[in-house]
Amino acid sequence: MASMLMNPIRSCSVSSSWAVRFDALAVSLIFNYFLSVQTKSKKTLARPGVKNIVLVEGVRTPFLLSGTTYADLMPHDLARAALQGLLKRTGIPKDAVDYIIYGTVIQEVKTSNVAREAALGAGFSDKIPAHTVTMACISSNQAMTSSVGLIAAGQCDAVVAGGVEFMSDVPIRHSRKMRKTMLSLNKAKTLGQRLSLIGSIRLAHLSPELPAVAEFSTAETMGHSADRLAAAFGVSRVEQDEFALRSHTLAKKAQDEGLLQDVISFKVPGRDIVSKDNGIRPSSMDQMAKLKPAFVKPHGTVTAANSSFLTDGASAVLVMSEEKALAMGYKPKAYLRDFVYVSQDPKDQLLLGPTYATPKVLERAGLSMSDIDVFEFHEAFAGQIMANLKAMDSDWFAQTYMGRKSKVGTPAMEKFNLWGGSLSLGHPFGATGCRLATTVANRLKKEGGQYGLIAACAAGGQGHAMVIEAYPQ
Amino acid sequence: MAGVRAVGVLSRLTLRRYNVFTGPSYRSFSVSPAMLARTHVNYEVKGDVAVVRINDPNSKVNTLSIQMQKEMTEVMNEVWENNAINSAVLISSKPGCFIAGADINMIQGCKTPEEVTKLSQEGQKMFEQIEKSPKPIVAAINGSCLGGGLEVGLPSAFDMMLTGRNIRADKAKKMRLVDQLVDPLGPGLKSPEERTIEYLEEVAIECAKGIANKKISLRKEKGTMQKIQDYVMSFPFVRNQIYKTVQGKVMKQSKGLYPAPLKIIECVKTGVEQGPVAGYLAESQNFGQLAKTSESAALIGLYHGQVACKKNRFGTPEREVNTLAILGAGLMGAGIAQVSVDKGVHTILKDTTVEGLARGEQQVYKGLNDKTKKKSITSFERDSILSNLTGQLEYKGFEKADMVIEAVFEDINIKHKVIKEVEAVIPPHCIFASNTSALPIKDIAAASKRPEKVIGMHYFSPVDKMQLLEIITTDKTSKDTTASAVAVGLKQGKVIIVVGDGPGFYTTRCLAPMLAEAVRLLQEGVDPKKLDALTTGFGFPVGLATLADEVGIDVAAHVAEDLGKAFGSRFGGGNVEVLKTMVDLGFKGRKSGKGCYVYQPGTKVRDVNPDIGDILEKYKLTPNPSVSSDSEVQYRLVSRFVNEAVMCLQEGILNNPLEGDIGAVFGLGFPPCLGGPFRFVDSFGADKLVNKMRQYEAVYGNHFAPCQLLLDHAKDSSKKFHK
Repeated sequence: MASMLMNPIRSCSVSSSWAVRFDALAVSLIFNYFLSVQTKSKKTLARPGVKNIVLVEGVRTPFLLSGTTYADLMPHDLARAALQGLLKRTGIPKDAVDYIIYGTVIQEVKTSNVAREAALGAGFSDKIPAHTVTMACISSNQAMTSSVGLIAAGQCDAVVAGGVEFMSDVPIRHSRKMRKTMLSLNKAKTLGQRLSLIGSIRLAHLSPELPAVAEFSTAETMGHSADRLAAAFGVSRVEQDEFALRSHTLAKKAQDEGLLQDVISFKVPGRDIVSKDNGIRPSSMDQMAKLKPAFVKPHGTVTAANSSFLTDGASAVLVMSEEKALAMGYKPKAYLRDFVYVSQDPKDQLLLGPTYATPKVLERAGLSMSDIDVFEFHEAFAGQIMANLKAMDSDWFAQTYMGRKSKVGTPAMEKFNLWGGSLSLGHPFGATGCRLATTVANRLKKEGGQYGLIAACAAGGQGHAMVIEAYPQ
Repeated sequence: MAGVRAVGVLSRLTLRRYNVFTGPSYRSFSVSPAMLARTHVNYEVKGDVAVVRINDPNSKVNTLSIQMQKEMTEVMNEVWENNAINSAVLISSKPGCFIAGADINMIQGCKTPEEVTKLSQEGQKMFEQIEKSPKPIVAAINGSCLGGGLEVGLPSAFDMMLTGRNIRADKAKKMRLVDQLVDPLGPGLKSPEERTIEYLEEVAIECAKGIANKKISLRKEKGTMQKIQDYVMSFPFVRNQIYKTVQGKVMKQSKGLYPAPLKIIECVKTGVEQGPVAGYLAESQNFGQLAKTSESAALIGLYHGQVACKKNRFGTPEREVNTLAILGAGLMGAGIAQVSVDKGVHTILKDTTVEGLARGEQQVYKGLNDKTKKKSITSFERDSILSNLTGQLEYKGFEKADMVIEAVFEDINIKHKVIKEVEAVIPPHCIFASNTSALPIKDIAAASKRPEKVIGMHYFSPVDKMQLLEIITTDKTSKDTTASAVAVGLKQGKVIIVVGDGPGFYTTRCLAPMLAEAVRLLQEGVDPKKLDALTTGFGFPVGLATLADEVGIDVAAHVAEDLGKAFGSRFGGGNVEVLKTMVDLGFKGRKSGKGCYVYQPGTKVRDVNPDIGDILEKYKLTPNPSVSSDSEVQYRLVSRFVNEAVMCLQEGILNNPLEGDIGAVFGLGFPPCLGGPFRFVDSFGADKLVNKMRQYEAVYGNHFAPCQLLLDHAKDSSKKFHK
């Protein structure tokens, strides 16, 4: 219903005449929508000389806790499932795509260009080149914006972007010393050389190297940094637990109401068909309060319950130039408009990406916070989200650290991550970006808004934000 | 090396774990309006927790001054008497400092050992009270917590916290000195420093509440090792063995020249064997005695001197040095580069050969990588520090240099060539500094078009360890040039003395006669090991033979020859040919693998170089038994050093005796327990020293002729270098 209303509103100025055309509708309904849309500027963000680039469709596999149903797969299997889902949902011919880009963070060494392996396995034409990008938790955002770049530059018309993360199996390596010995063994010519090399192996060399979710530059784990960030902004444990509970509750509601339409069903080889995210678990404040801090002990505030969990999942979106999409008979979901990447101190401001990116992208788009109808922020930790909200609401922070005259303000919570977020749906590092974009597009359609904003933080002290505009229906 | 050791000792002694408190009012405590006017210690009640804040308004750090102690006692008494308070948090309002230890000036202010003993005893009482506090006290420590500060934290610390950026905090936790660590915070809604203290206080308050209502247990499980240790320690035999071992180690390290460590063992022993009361008594009495020893005075003097030499008395330079170019990537050049890049100074390291440059860059890398291994910096910090270093073979980029420090070979012709080349490419404001150890700066400046921009910066090897920087000004050097050189040195973390120009300046000039005497001793048949033992036995951190190897026999030969020419027979003694022959044979010291000793990589044991026996045989001298006892040998060496130092003051090379003492201790390893040559003259007695020198003069001639200033002091015993 909302989408039906949006179309005429955008094409004509707001006047009483539009209401007459829908006289069949209940007055109260019209009145509601009238209120909600009247404040908007209603101008499209299209600019002369800049190609309109659209998001045609977006899908994702169900996001599962790592070590559950996907446990025996490989990353490209998940990516393949997402790509097949996209093919199925859009019906696009397998050779009509010009390029495929995938984002991933922890790479399976056997499939380091996971984009290519997945594309081949998904049945795309082997004539379509594919590459893999990595930018921590904004890897698939990077995949999407790279696609936008290719299209804007006139090099491609249709690009598939996506992301995949598979935490059920991560590369665990031999120790450096052991690796060195093994490599030397390859080169050893005589039996004597081999034996002496084998003899040089010590018990300690056998201890493996595990990948850690820690900053390379500071050796601090992300949870620890999030805890310090929450403390720096005075975010209490209760605030964090409340936000986490909100995320799970909203996600559960969205799941139950069937709003998470980007999720495709996936027949896992050797297992059942999976069609739902399995990390959504609304709890109670009392139960959450019982948990001990996970990183800063014993006085920290970040717990397992208010952090995002290790997740397996993949996502994919079809990005096209508007003409091409229309020529192929598609009805795009949304325009992908301005986007920015930011970066700052990886130690003390590791997770403040959204704070830095939001005002910047809004300025680029000529919008203000109140113009945005739909917010989808990546929830790495409840404490991180709350800290970002407080930072965005602080003139002192804006002036002291961002070189701005005043704060940008906070998103209205009634527009914020209404279908759950990374805390509840899960956060497959490389795949979350596409989920955010697709969710904004779907929510704009469902809620009848015009502008959406996605923002995310990423390891390395980086961040990203993008403005998405609803496609006229 | 010498300097490092000295400071280690210095901090051990001046900031010892003894604490001094006094408080005449603490027994007769009463609630009075005067309380409101407290300046050092205040408290605020938050819920049922008293937050006691320490803040010395007159200083950057908190020290245990009389005032501090008095107010602390008042506040603690109020806390104990107030029924609404169940626990307390002790916290400093100063970011980065809890309590830095006892107030040195207060100890100095005491006239007699008894007075210090009394201060100490009152302090002990205070600590005992805190220790036995009926209400739990949490010490929340942010930054340095030394000496008595630690004591305030510790016994009181039923529970205790600490923040800090370095691993020391982790270590303290591992040692169970502290119970909980709080990480420093980044930017938030307030500045990181402000918010970190606030956060620390919040956590401490929660912790105090937890202890008060028994939610947090204070009982620490003893590990199995601890239990075994306790059991073993219950045997007197084992304990005696331990006392003996520790005593032996202390004697080996301190040569018995520092009384304090031995007294500490004594106190611990008394405490363990005869109970805490006797232990505390012994502690306070010993502390009183120690505070008034000459060693204590010497070390306190060095402490004040060091503080003074960390200031720029020439004012702020007109331009900050952001780009520094260093010529020559040798040991010194690379060392200077290392201490500059880690302060964020963009540093160009230029050498003439690829091999030399590679060696130098490797030295810088290794220096920083060693810090990474010790975890004082992360590998990422190492890399980003190294990004400040540009190694090159040509003069590219010198047009942006604010200062050039040359560390090329010690040859006046090469220095002249270099200064001309450099002046052709540097901007007009750029300063040219020479890192020479002996060549007069005015001779080097003779080739300069702009002598007002030429200055000497004499670093000591290894540059990253030795704290001293000797800055040499000529009469043409402008004041701004000096200010800029001092500013750079301070940025590099150096203790700085500024001296006048002349052959050998101050430090090298003092060292040369002593080295000449050392060579004579070798010629007289004293074994290098014996020479080392005699000098370390006198308090030098590094033996003279070892020092010569470290400095380089070639450098020593060079210096001996140059200064011999400049100063004539006073610098005689040993035969320079001994050193020259060693150099000819390739025995250049540690860097060539052989010198007085043979150096083998991988082992610390080193033997005397057997080949120098022949050389010494060739130049053999017959010792005169009347001046060859161990003690006479020591005074022969030291008196020549000291006499030359006093002469430098007499001639105006030195600005004041304080810088002379600092230069000798931090640059040359003059025994820290003696406080430097000038303090040594004061405490030993100028007349006694002159008598000794006259005795040696009778045997060896004018090498031992005391200078006029020393004679003046000998004549009039009221004349002292240090008041």
